[in-house]
Amino acid sequence: MSWFESGWGLSLIVFLPLVGAGVLLLIPKSKEQVVKTTALLFSLAAFAVSVVVLLQFDFDGTEAFQFGTDLSWIPAINSRYHIGIDGISLPLLVLSTFVLVLAIVYSWDHWPEPRNPKAFLVLMLVLGTGMNGTFVALDLILFFIFFEVVLLPMYFMIGIWGDRKPIRLPGWKRDVETRLYASIKFFLFTLFGSAFMLLGFLALSWKAGGTFDMVALSEMGRAGVFAGAFGQWVFAALFLGFAVKVPMWPLHSWLPDAHTAAPTVGSVLLAAILLKLGSYGFVRISLPILPEQAQDWAPAIAILAVIAIIYGSLACLAQTDMKRLIAFSSVGHMGFVMLGIATLTDVGINAAIIGMVAHGIITGLLFFLAGSMQHRYHTREMARLGGAMKSMPIIGGILAFTAMASLGLPGLAGFWGEFMALLGSYNPLDGLSLGVFRTAMVIGAIGTVLTAGYLLWMLQKVNLGEVPEEWRDANFHDADGYELGAWVPLVLATLAIGIFPKIVFGATDDAVVNLVENISRAVGG
Amino acid sequence: MPSFDYHALLPEFIIGASLLAAIVVDLVMPPERKYLAGVVGLLGLVAASFPLLTLATCGSIDGCDGGLPRSMFGGSYVVDEFALVLKGLFILTGVVTLLLSVGFIESDRYYEGEFYFLVMASVAGAVIMASSRDLITLFVALELVSGPAFLLAGWRKGDLRSNEAALKFFLIGVLSSAILLFGMSLVYGTTGSVTFEGIRAATLAPGVALAEEPVFVLGVIFVLVGFGFKISAVPFHFWAPDTYQGAPLPVAAYLSVGSKAAGFVGLLTLCYLAFAGVRDIWGPILWLLAALSMTVGNLVALRQTNVVRLLGYSSVAHAGFILVPFAMAAALDADGLGDAFFGSVTYLLVYAFMNLGAFAAVMAAAEKAGSAELDDFGGLSRYAPGVAAMVALFFFSLAGIPPLAGWFAKFVMFRAVLIESGNAWAVGLAIVAAVNAVIALFYYAKVVKAMYFDGVPDRIDADAAGARSLARPLVLAIGLTAAAVLVAGFFPQILAFFGDATRAIALGG
Repeated sequence: MSWFESGWGLSLIVFLPLVGAGVLLLIPKSKEQVVKTTALLFSLAAFAVSVVVLLQFDFDGTEAFQFGTDLSWIPAINSRYHIGIDGISLPLLVLSTFVLVLAIVYSWDHWPEPRNPKAFLVLMLVLGTGMNGTFVALDLILFFIFFEVVLLPMYFMIGIWGDRKPIRLPGWKRDVETRLYASIKFFLFTLFGSAFMLLGFLALSWKAGGTFDMVALSEMGRAGVFAGAFGQWVFAALFLGFAVKVPMWPLHSWLPDAHTAAPTVGSVLLAAILLKLGSYGFVRISLPILPEQAQDWAPAIAILAVIAIIYGSLACLAQTDMKRLIAFSSVGHMGFVMLGIATLTDVGINAAIIGMVAHGIITGLLFFLAGSMQHRYHTREMARLGGAMKSMPIIGGILAFTAMASLGLPGLAGFWGEFMALLGSYNPLDGLSLGVFRTAMVIGAIGTVLTAGYLLWMLQKVNLGEVPEEWRDANFHDADGYELGAWVPLVLATLAIGIFPKIVFGATDDAVVNLVENISRAVGG
Repeated sequence: MPSFDYHALLPEFIIGASLLAAIVVDLVMPPERKYLAGVVGLLGLVAASFPLLTLATCGSIDGCDGGLPRSMFGGSYVVDEFALVLKGLFILTGVVTLLLSVGFIESDRYYEGEFYFLVMASVAGAVIMASSRDLITLFVALELVSGPAFLLAGWRKGDLRSNEAALKFFLIGVLSSAILLFGMSLVYGTTGSVTFEGIRAATLAPGVALAEEPVFVLGVIFVLVGFGFKISAVPFHFWAPDTYQGAPLPVAAYLSVGSKAAGFVGLLTLCYLAFAGVRDIWGPILWLLAALSMTVGNLVALRQTNVVRLLGYSSVAHAGFILVPFAMAAALDADGLGDAFFGSVTYLLVYAFMNLGAFAAVMAAAEKAGSAELDDFGGLSRYAPGVAAMVALFFFSLAGIPPLAGWFAKFVMFRAVLIESGNAWAVGLAIVAAVNAVIALFYYAKVVKAMYFDGVPDRIDADAAGARSLARPLVLAIGLTAAAVLVAGFFPQILAFFGDATRAIALGG
């Protein structure tokens, strides 16, 4: 299977969804069943290939890039089709293919208005190519392309299938539908960030003599080629691009709007995968290529991260809309991920990666649940909900389980990311200010309490108590087969990672240790 | 090599013969067959593209002697890689324009043959332009591009807007030609030469500091201003949106691509060949024009409610983007100049495909919706999903969103200016361009939003509008350009290859 290991396996994972989207376009709209089956088959195929990659992955050498290839792509600018995965990208790649399958399963019977499953599935598959591609790209331009490919499908998803509730924006004379506002806001914010990211990439390549190869650039970064003020500017440009995507406070304001307005599956994919593209960018590009600047910026990132944790939690407590609450919870959780990255230690970065995976699984599941609740109640106002444990015991039960996972209950997936990020910030990389990081740790720990607070508060509003008068005769049906088909795997994954975090650490640890060694060597020498 | 190289001039001969053939066909054909004149023109343009291939590959063909560059008439007329690539681009623009016109002009039912003749004449001028290497040939070629275009802009003589378009275009065109010619005369007066080679030698001659000679500097500035009008760079842009909106749509498409590209060819050859020695005169001026064009073009485009007008301002902004690589030329070495030249030419190539496509798609959308007003585009995706998808494709490509070809144009532009990434002016311009790329997205997305997210306005009967059929040549033109935009988005090398081939011309600087 040498063809498989020399690039074809990863290329299949990346492009199978895109091919699927092309095939879907050829199937007439009226044959809905065929359309859905084809989409599912292509996403399953991509997932299956990623499982094969997982099984064949050499876990003894996770710091090396595997399954890669390096082909000529755009010789005129020295950009190459260079792909490969190491222990850091592997879990995220598998997560991405996995969540795409579940999203399609969930969609099977839950089409947001105005239906049109064909177009919706085409967009989802294109999104899949963008997400998978970002995690395997080892060339800056290739990375940029995949990073941007996700924009268009998500823009259309929010704009066409999004929330039609009119909102009044400050300073506007007329109401505007949420979906219209949220879709363009998402697009503009992200494009703003990535325009500067591209400038950063170009500056790097110029300094490095024209190459866009991440591996080569990392080596140069270690050798100090990008030292000094030049590197600071480049780091700032890349920071803008990635921080908008994560999103880090204060660039987060697109997130609550986009997540709330998006259709259920859109929110799931946004939360589960798209946010990870930003934090992955930090780990894959900023840290290895600009280690010294990473050290300079680390305290600032840590401070922004704890602000995000506290701000996200407080904002959650102020929400009346269940979906918006979950959206704001992402700001807080991604704050823990960024705090982990900022420590520049193996503990912290491992925490960040398991945090990304766990957040993908758990928050994805929360958005699924919120979507299904809205499907039944036709409202997300928590004040009007209640008693879900009585009226819908399965959905209510899974919601309770997921909320526990999200607040970081030991034994479930959410615990490791939060706990280890705090642990890492007790003892950050040598040379980083202990004062800043230990303060960050304490504030972050307060954040975990607030997190528990708002999630329990949400559970109390939605799950507990008597069924309100309004819904007493509604006779909701509990979770159906498609819903369970999408949720049970996520529940199982939450449990599995919670109990055996080695599922993730086994892949990431060597790669992270290697990364941290390189950083400390570059900084020390 | 013979001084009169028939092989090298074959494309011009074929175009000349076919434009005459077109007018003869127009004379002998009954009114319902007048479209054949367009077909003749189309075939002529396709035929003219074959000698380009044989010229490019001459070195590897048996019995074909002479490689590139082929220089004629004492260096006034040169066929090199740059000329071949740009000739190819102009011929392609002509083909697409004719495809757009056939159905469109036919419906007007008058002067059909003459229309095709004039388009061909303008294309002939542009093709000559690509080879011009002296001031006089350049000027004659430029007038041959513009003259027919004045007439074409006013084609709908019953329509006041079309009259306004033509008159404005004509007056500004004549004014800019006068300025250009005055500038050229000053340059000739101070350097004593009309060939680019001669001017360059004069500026580099030891002991003569022409760059400090006010008359010469004034000449260069006048030449730049003259071309500034032709490429509709701010502050010489105000005619463009009015003209595009009033002119028949295929003509607007041609003006925004063919005639603009011809202006850029003149600017490129003049700046990088004739004025290569005085880059510190034109570099800063073009820095300013680039920054202004991008910013003003985009900000004004934000307020437009007519899609064609919006494209007019967007093409002003794109002129700014194409000028960006020029801006830092003064600080560049030979390699850097090559990269800057490559950046502008590649941007131009990508822009040509996507802007022609955008006009074609907007034509189709206006056909369906009944007008090109933004409000009338509402809900287009409901009753004409294919057309809406094409408009979205081209508009997002113009915005530079991967994986559509536009990203690569933006990319090479940024790359060219960041060669000097230690220089605050270069970084400043790059940031201006980056912010502008984001602003531009907003108005392109506004059109997409109307088509996809808004409802169908009451005054439009969706069933009837959806049933309206499109002319087949128009569909073909959209298909061709859409394929180019998609393929070049994933494999930019197919366009970058041609851009790369042209860079040799700038290395001499």
